[in-house]
Order: sequence, then C-alpha cells, then structure tokens
Amino acid sequence: MAKRIDVSDLDIYYGKFLAVQGVTVSIEPRSVTALIGPSGCGKSTFLRSINRMHEVLPGARVEGKVVMDGQDLYSADVDPVDVRRQIGMVFQRPNPFPTMSIYDNVAAGLRLNNKQTKKADLDDLVERSLRGANLWNEVKDRLDRPGSSLSGGQQQRLCIARAIAVEPDVLLMDEPCSALDPISTLAIEDLMTELKERFTIVIVTHNMQQAARVSESTGFFNLNGVGQPGRLIEFNPTEKIFSNPDEKATEDYISGRFG
Amino acid sequence: MSVQTPIPTSGASAVTPPQDRVAGRLPRWGQLAAFACGTAIAALLSWLTDSTVVLFVIYAAVLGTLVLYVASRRAEGRRQATDRLVTAIVTSAFGIAMVPLAALVWEVVGRGIERLDAEFFSASLQGIVGEGGGAYHALMGTLIITGLTALISVPVGLMTAIYLVEYAQGRLKRAITFFVDVMTGIPSIVAGLFAYALFVLLFGPGIRLGIMGAVALSVLMIPVVVRSAEEVLKLVPNELREASYALGVPKWRTIVKVVLPTAIAGLGTGVTLAIARVVGETAPLLITVGITNATNFNPFDGRMATLPVYAYYQLTQPGVPPEFAIDRAWTAALILIILVMGLNVVARVISRFFAPKTGR
Amino acid sequence: MTATRTPSDQSTSRPLRRPGDRIFAGTAKAAGISILVVLAGVAAFLVVEAVPAVTAPSGEIPGGEGLVGYIAPLLFGTLLSAAIALVVATPLAVAIALFITHYAPRRVAAGLGYVVDLLAAIPSIVYGFWGVYWLAPKLVPLFRWLEENLGFIPFFAGPTSSTGRTMLTVGLVLAIMILPIISAISREVFLQVPTLHKEAALALGATRWEMIRMAVIPYGKSGIIGGSMLGLGRALGETMAVALVLSVSGGITLNLISSANPGTIAANVALEFPESTGLDVNTLIASGLALFVITLAVNMLARWVVNRRADFSGAN
Repeated sequence: MAKRIDVSDLDIYYGKFLAVQGVTVSIEPRSVTALIGPSGCGKSTFLRSINRMHEVLPGARVEGKVVMDGQDLYSADVDPVDVRRQIGMVFQRPNPFPTMSIYDNVAAGLRLNNKQTKKADLDDLVERSLRGANLWNEVKDRLDRPGSSLSGGQQQRLCIARAIAVEPDVLLMDEPCSALDPISTLAIEDLMTELKERFTIVIVTHNMQQAARVSESTGFFNLNGVGQPGRLIEFNPTEKIFSNPDEKATEDYISGRFG
Repeated sequence: MSVQTPIPTSGASAVTPPQDRVAGRLPRWGQLAAFACGTAIAALLSWLTDSTVVLFVIYAAVLGTLVLYVASRRAEGRRQATDRLVTAIVTSAFGIAMVPLAALVWEVVGRGIERLDAEFFSASLQGIVGEGGGAYHALMGTLIITGLTALISVPVGLMTAIYLVEYAQGRLKRAITFFVDVMTGIPSIVAGLFAYALFVLLFGPGIRLGIMGAVALSVLMIPVVVRSAEEVLKLVPNELREASYALGVPKWRTIVKVVLPTAIAGLGTGVTLAIARVVGETAPLLITVGITNATNFNPFDGRMATLPVYAYYQLTQPGVPPEFAIDRAWTAALILIILVMGLNVVARVISRFFAPKTGR
Repeated sequence: MTATRTPSDQSTSRPLRRPGDRIFAGTAKAAGISILVVLAGVAAFLVVEAVPAVTAPSGEIPGGEGLVGYIAPLLFGTLLSAAIALVVATPLAVAIALFITHYAPRRVAAGLGYVVDLLAAIPSIVYGFWGVYWLAPKLVPLFRWLEENLGFIPFFAGPTSSTGRTMLTVGLVLAIMILPIISAISREVFLQVPTLHKEAALALGATRWEMIRMAVIPYGKSGIIGGSMLGLGRALGETMAVALVLSVSGGITLNLISSANPGTIAANVALEFPESTGLDVNTLIASGLALFVITLAVNMLARWVVNRRADFSGAN
C-alpha cells in the first residue's frame, strides 16, 4: 500500500509570489518523514503541494514534478481529486464535520463520494479505522454522537481515522499536535509509529523533539529573508540531522540559535 | 458641547475642566424624582389645558428631561448634564419609534378581528354583495404566487451565492456583488412594470397572469436570498472544505454535502425572511396579476386574487354599503401581518433548532 | 491503486476538472450572470415599452402637456415626500441605533433591535391602512395649529386638509418605514467602532455622550450617510402607503398640509395602471423608468459610500 514519493525541482507559487523554490527530495515508503523549519519557510506549503491541496487557493500553482511510484501527480491528465484519494491529510486544528456523527465522520470519505457500501462492510470499515486511530475503545458506545462532542485530542484522532478510512497510500500531517495537550500529543505520536507500518507518513512539525522521536528522515526548510522563497536546506536521516548536520543553518536552528 | 478635543493629542487635563472634577453626583433616585416631578407638572398642565393622553405623555417626557437637566446642571456640572440630556433624548427616540408599531398592531388587530372567522377562510367573493364572503381565493392566490416566487428565487439566489463564495474571482465577482446590492433597491412597482413589459412583448398588451406576479416578486426576492445565503456560506469554516477535499471529494460534492448542510440553518432562516419580505408586496401584483372575485388556482391562466391586492381593493372600492368590504380589508391586513410575523418567528426557530450541534 | 485517468481534451494550462464539477460550477456561474441579465432586462424592457410614450406627440399624453409635463409634478411629489421622510427619519434612526448599541442594557439590546426590525417587516399596504385610518385624522389638529401659528411659512400655508391625507402625513409614514433601514445600518457601523477608540475617549475622562461624539459618530458617519441614502431609495420607490394615504389633485406646490398635493411616480402608477390601456400604459412605464433611473443612481451612490467605508475600516 505505502508508496514512495519523488519530488524534483518543485517551485510553488502564490500568484506571482514564489513561496518555495527548487525542492528535490525522495520520501521513503513505510517511514515517517518530518519537515522542520522556522515559521513561514514554506514547509506547510510544500506539504500541501504533495496532494495538490495547494492549488485549492485562488492563484496558487506549482512548477516541477511530484512522482508517486512512477506516476507524475501534476501531469495534465491527472485529476487532483484522485490524487487526494491516494494521499490523505490531517490538519493542524482538528476539523471533524459538525453536522455528522462520529460514525458518519469516519465513513465520510466513502459517503461523500457516493460509494455504495453494504452496511456490514461500512460498520467493519469504521471499526477498523477507529481501531487504527486508537480511538475505538473510547467511542464505541457513542458512535452516533456528534464528532464535535469529543475532546481536542480525540477529535484529532477521529480526523486521522477519517483519513485512513479511505485507505490512502500516503498520509500527510500538518502540525497535527500543535493544538493539543502533551498527553494527546503522546497518543498521536504512538499512533504514528503504528501507522507507518502501513502508510508513508510525512509530518510538518514545529516541535523538534517530536521530529526526533517519531521520524526516520528529516528535512529542514529555511528562507534567506522576508519575501525570499523558502528552500529545502538539508534532507538526511533524522539521527544525522540532530547529531551531525551537513549544513551550518541546520545546526543553528536545531541548537536553538534562531527560529 | 463642552469638549472639542481630538483623541490622540489631548491629555486628560485638557478634557476635564477643574470645576467638573470636584462636582458631585446626583443620587440614584435623582433621575426618578426628576421625572416624577415632570409628570406632576405635566398632569397639572394637561388638566388646565384639557389635553389628550398623548399630549400628557409628551409633556411628562419633555418636562421630566428638563427638570433632570437643570438638577444635574446644578449638582454635577454642564458636561454631566449634557450627557443626561442626550440619554433622555436617545431613549425617547426609541420610545417614539415604538408608538407607530404599537398603534399599528393595535389598530389592525382591533379592526381585523371582526371578520376573522371560518367563512373568511373558506369563501371567496364570488356572488357576494355586501355582507359575508371571504378571502379564500386571495389566500390561495398568495400562497401559489409566493410558492412560485420561492421556486424561482431560491435556486437562482442560492446558486448565485455559491458562485460568489466558492467560485467567483475578480471583476465578475465584484460586478455581481455590486449589482445584487443595487437590485435590492429596485422599487417594487418597477419590478412589476418590468414583468408587465416582459410579458407584453411575449403575449401582447393587457395581459394579466399569476406567473407574471411571481416573476416580478422574484426580482425583489432573489437579491435578498443572495445576500443572506452569501453571509451564511462565508461563515462555514474553510477547514471543513479542506477536510473534504483531502478525502478526495470533488469540489461540487463538498459544497453540496459538507458546506450546505453545515449552513442549512442560516440558509433556512434567510429564505424564510426573504419570503416574508415578498409575501406582503402589493404594488407589483396590482399591475401584473390584477384581481378577481372568483377562485383561480392556475397561475398561467388569467387574473388571480392575492391577499394584499384583495385588501387594497376592498378598502378603496368597497361598493355599497361599504362597511362589509372595509371589514374584510382589515381582516386581510391582519392576516398579512400574522403571515409576516409568523414567518419571522419561523425564521428564528429554524436558526435556533437547526444549527449544527456542537456537542454539549 | 492508480489514479483513474480520464481522457482530456483541455489545454494543459488549466487543471483537469471532473464533469460534475464543471456542470455545477457552470450552473452557479450562470445563476450569477442571470442576475446581471435580469437587471439589464429590467432596464431594456422598460425602455422598449417607454419608447412609444417618448415619441408620441405631446397632446396625446394624458394631461396634454407632453411626457415631461406629465412626469414633472410626479417627480416633484416623489422627491418632496422622500425628502420629508429622510429629514424626519435620519436623526431618529441614529438616536435609536445609539440607544440600542450604547444605552440599552446589554441583555435586552438584541431584542430591542429585533423589535425595530419588525417595523421593516410590516407590509407597506398595512402602513397605508394605518396611515389613512389612524395617523391622518390624529394629525389634523397639529396641521391646524401649524397653519394658525406658522402659516407664513409656505410649507404650512394651508388651508388644512380635513382628512389629514397630506404630503406631510405621507412623509411621516415613509419616515417610519425607512427608520429600520437607516437604524439597522447605523447600528452595524456603531458596533464596529474599534473598542480601542472608545476606551481611549473614556480614558480621557469623557462622559458617555462625549465618547460617542468623539469616537462613535465620526467613525460611523459614512455608515449613517449610506444608510440614509438606502432609506431614501426605499422612500422614493414606496408605492402602496403613498397611494392610499395621499390625496392627489393639482400640481407642484410646497404646501405640505393642504388636500391638493402632487402625486408620486410610484403611487401614480399603482393608481392609474389597472384602468389604463394603450399609450397611457406606455406613459406610466416611462415614468417608472424615470423612477428606476433615480433609485438606481441613489442606491449606487449609497452602496459606494457604504463600501468605501468598508475599505477603510481595517482599523484592526
């Protein structure tokens, strides 16, 4: 299921503004890849361009290639909607659908796409996804309650369950813990280590300890100044980044000299 | 009148004249006492000049304010006195606005209750001279034409709002937004003339049809629907749209299955209020649908009666003897008010009960 | 798991869109454009139907003095009644907006606002009923008093109408009808006054009224102006209340309390249209076109004023 992603020479624009320049990176399957860097350096923008969420904003576009297992995601005959079905996403703030129950939230990916599924199969899928997100035991007795009745950490795990229910190959996480308390954060980090058995995971985080704890590889984004495009400064195994980075800027950032 | 100081440059000392700083304050009961005093003088004045209740209330308010102002001026200084004066003026302004509302409701209920009976809802005016008869045909006509109007306006208005919020950019968006605003200001009689001019070109002069009324009312209703739906759709958090896109849901499905359900309460409220806005419109129906005494349920064939137009003609052309028709006119007006107020209440209920559940 | 590839004949510069998306977006866009078409249609059809009246010899226009001679007194009446309404309603509406936003106890303020909005919900024909039967007779003594004491002013020259169905009565009814419009918009801008401005004024030791005069009114000025102009637009086009209340006979006069008043365009259409045929209809439509142009101009100006404020209100 999990797939590798090869990005080459990717430039990302907001209208005329070049936000991220020249990213070339290979993301390994069945691993967690962390993206770190100061605010505004383009790591979230880069993440959103992997599943073509970037272009949802008016005027936003990219140049370059994102290839997933040999298929160019940006080629002219690829529908962004299909890309997003294969590459799921979890957002910074938990965003369950307020009009839906817990059950319906998990089933949303299928229901919204009008997939005809037998009730028993759907029940099965919901349970499997909720178990996958380590949420089943907490919510199994109140599946018909609104998703927004859960706590913040539970809501975020519900969103993860919703994302994995459509069985994507890749899971993108945009600072998934930044709105959560430490205990919920720990629960999500544990979940990530389980999920990487099945998915390719890319996570953007502001928390360097988190990157060090959960990821196999880490990419460091930085920008030279305000108004300049962000760049991928260094991409290496996490151990190397945190102990002996190639670049001076990475070391400065990691040791807390800026950012 | 005491201070002319611009905010950014002045210091506190420039604003507060020294004599004010030491000024005392009126006790709490001061205000009440002042108005009691004013009321007493007003009562005396009314008794002496043999005035009506209305004049008495006016005297009391004016004199009470005056007494308060003078008392405050002496005890607290000029600035506080001005402040109290303005408070009194502003409060009475609100009171003044309530007078017509109360008087109107009182008058319409008082006169309209007379004929608020079963016959009014079950009989038409066919073959009625003088007593009896009802507005069944007009009520049905209003329901049919308003229903048709909603049938035209809600899809067009809603889709326009969706276009403005979810798709439109740049010049076309600005143009539509601007002209929707402008359209809100079209006089209802002009909307009626438009529908007439349109149908005359198609069917020749002198034409009167129920559907013409619906077209005229739609010109008035569409911009209201667009504006309210636009406001509501903008309130749907972008995060929900993104969550849906990230699940691989196409944009149109996201709008239909995530955005609209989330906004359903607000949309329902907006549409209900828009219906309330057009249900009492008279002028456009007067010139496009006309009036008839018989019951006509077919909006594509000839004149229809509608409640507002019915009320208008019953009042202005009552026949002989006039009192029965005038009673019917007031009852029709009362039903109109009940309809409009009822729709307003329904709108509130919708927004209260259908709002998305946020857990607790 | 490969992406479903749909054949595409679109140019590569535009992102591929599924048929569902294209149809839906197209429908939405068509709805939006239909608004522009309708507005253009209103103008076009009115023009087409007004042309016969414009080209007809002036003797055939009702009144026998040509189209301009027909419309002029109506236009005058329209402007006069709307002007009275505006003069009466604006200060009252601003005061009401201030009361609701800054004076009324916070718990009931929203409810009071709702009550004022109810004034806007009442159908105009009901205002007409009420104006004829309740307000007009009650105003007769006032008119008498005005004639006796202020008769030297042309507005109150008299002789006083015995029914009270005068231009001034109409102006007052219209004022009540536009009150909620002006007060709603004023209320909106008053609520948007940055708390910082208000606190700055209060911190200088200003009383509540001084705070309002220093911070709230200047900030809300363009909102008040824009709201008043929207109210003006409504008053210009108001039909049924005027048609019922105003006793029409005669031409241009400044006398506000007599029984000989000029009509208004809208009310005249409502009164004459049902019984008209032939060229009379075209004449009425021509007058409606004139009303349309005037209200359009007033409303566009009003929106421009209100929107300009929106551009500059980025105080926070």
